[in-house]
Amino acid sequence: MTSLGYDLATARVLWWRDLVRFFRQPSRLAGALGQPIIFWLVIGSGMAATFRMPGSSLGYLQFFYPGVVLMVVLFAAIFTTVSVIEDRHQGFLQAVLAGPGSRAALVVGKAFGSASVALSQAALFLVLAPAAGFPIRQIDWPLLVAALGLAAVGLAALGFAVAWAVDNVQGYHAIQMTLLVPLWVVSGAMFPMSADHPTLAAVMRANPVAYAVSAARRALAGELAPGVLPGSAARDLAVVALFAVAALALAIVASRRRA
Amino acid sequence: MASTATTGVGATASRDALDRPPSAHPAARGEPDRDRPARLAIRDLSFRFGERHVLRQVSFEVGRGEIVGLLGPNGAGKSTLFSIITGLLRPASGEILLDGQEIAPGARALRARMGVVFQAPSLDAKLGAFENLVLGGQLFGLSRAEARARATELLAAAGLADRAGDPAGKLSGGLRRRLELARALIHRPSILLMDEPTVGLDAAAFKQTWELVRELSRRQGLTVLLTTHRPDEAEACDRLVVLAQGRVVATGSPDALRARVPGDVVTVEADDPAPLAAEIAARFGVHPRVGAHGIHLERERGHELVPRLVEAFPPGRFRSVSIRRPTLADAFLAITGRDLEGDA
Repeated sequence: MTSLGYDLATARVLWWRDLVRFFRQPSRLAGALGQPIIFWLVIGSGMAATFRMPGSSLGYLQFFYPGVVLMVVLFAAIFTTVSVIEDRHQGFLQAVLAGPGSRAALVVGKAFGSASVALSQAALFLVLAPAAGFPIRQIDWPLLVAALGLAAVGLAALGFAVAWAVDNVQGYHAIQMTLLVPLWVVSGAMFPMSADHPTLAAVMRANPVAYAVSAARRALAGELAPGVLPGSAARDLAVVALFAVAALALAIVASRRRA
Repeated sequence: MASTATTGVGATASRDALDRPPSAHPAARGEPDRDRPARLAIRDLSFRFGERHVLRQVSFEVGRGEIVGLLGPNGAGKSTLFSIITGLLRPASGEILLDGQEIAPGARALRARMGVVFQAPSLDAKLGAFENLVLGGQLFGLSRAEARARATELLAAAGLADRAGDPAGKLSGGLRRRLELARALIHRPSILLMDEPTVGLDAAAFKQTWELVRELSRRQGLTVLLTTHRPDEAEACDRLVVLAQGRVVATGSPDALRARVPGDVVTVEADDPAPLAAEIAARFGVHPRVGAHGIHLERERGHELVPRLVEAFPPGRFRSVSIRRPTLADAFLAITGRDLEGDA
């Protein structure tokens, strides 16, 4: 067996394991669908009364929907990578670490496993797209899947890096709540970028999640949808892809730390 | 990877062998093959955790088909050594040789040829017994079909065939340990590494585990290295490497190590052992040790001392006097001056 063969086998086993575990737990499936719906309806309706998109008649529920899709991806990435912490000292990952696969293969397998779970959860929520005013046939699916998939890999890899470095569950959640969740909040998911707040606009432009949200908006509502960042869909995807690669690299470096 | 067509251990063979005590297998007592390099050799391995020297220049060898036990109390450095050999920790210095060739600690070449049983559970509790084995096999590059065939074979050998679909987390502790062992063997490793493999197992499960290991070592030349702090488990090994405070303090067969304790062990149980020990020392010119289970005396012709002890002290000074052949726990105490059961 070649080194590459072992690495591919390791990545495949970890990817498959995450998917099997997800689809076997009905509570996780129910939560995956219920939580974003509640979030979308409660926050969406609360804001709908006061929020008006500048220069658009779009309702807030419709504006907020692509943002919630990204939230599904973000939370899925956080909750599937937290298992790394216990799994590595007392669980399956121990066996993976002592096996012939490399640490990079472990990271890639885990990130793609998490990303696949995140995409599955997003797919469940996307069943509601017509109700939010996005007919299924008008959605640019390749663009949407690419944007969500790349964002999911990047966020899962970032989660992995944090999990490996922090090595305790409380610390992990503390960091994720102060790092990843704000990334989503200032991504344009809840409110669009505004010229009146140049600092916030600059933060948004530096935030990779903003490009994923922008690409999702393009895919769901077209190039001219409110909240889309200036530029092309290809640029949005390129930024998210770069983010995914950088996050994977960071996670691989983190995983080289022993034990 | 897989070199022989031989399957795991047949259920019949292990049942047949269960009637004999683990140490009675004649072939397993064979000396390692001196003409060929050791399967695994550790040379001058050191490891520090901050200022603490956890391992100091540890060296030993494990021959082909040999079962070697790393014996020492908790904190002696066994688990650290285990983590280094499995590639989870990097040593500060030292060498690891596989079949006489030096390889980097944690090298893929070594990992691919080892099967590892960890002290902490390493199965996926949510996945079934069969699935755990299949995934374990695929990690080592077995095709799905091969892994499934091996998994079926090993589940049968472990007596788990009827539990194949049960989640690993739902199995009893003993069955889980058996499944861990089966998973470690799925890719037919040439070295089996086990960290305290029988902790928490009852006598029957202990015996069964050891029969399986011994059978594989004898029939397929599987090399086995394990850590233990149990004298009865150490007794089942071909050879022992005694570890105390991060150093190798002795190596040898269980018999050879026991022979370091001359004669018999006389144990005196008393409510207030310290002053009694001092008195015994003064009266009989011996050097008793106060241990967890009473006052211990090692002495040749111990049977002659027992009546004299009984006559020397009034009734009530001690609860009992007993005499027995030395165990490996006594040998450990004699070699290191420490209790095997305690913490280092």
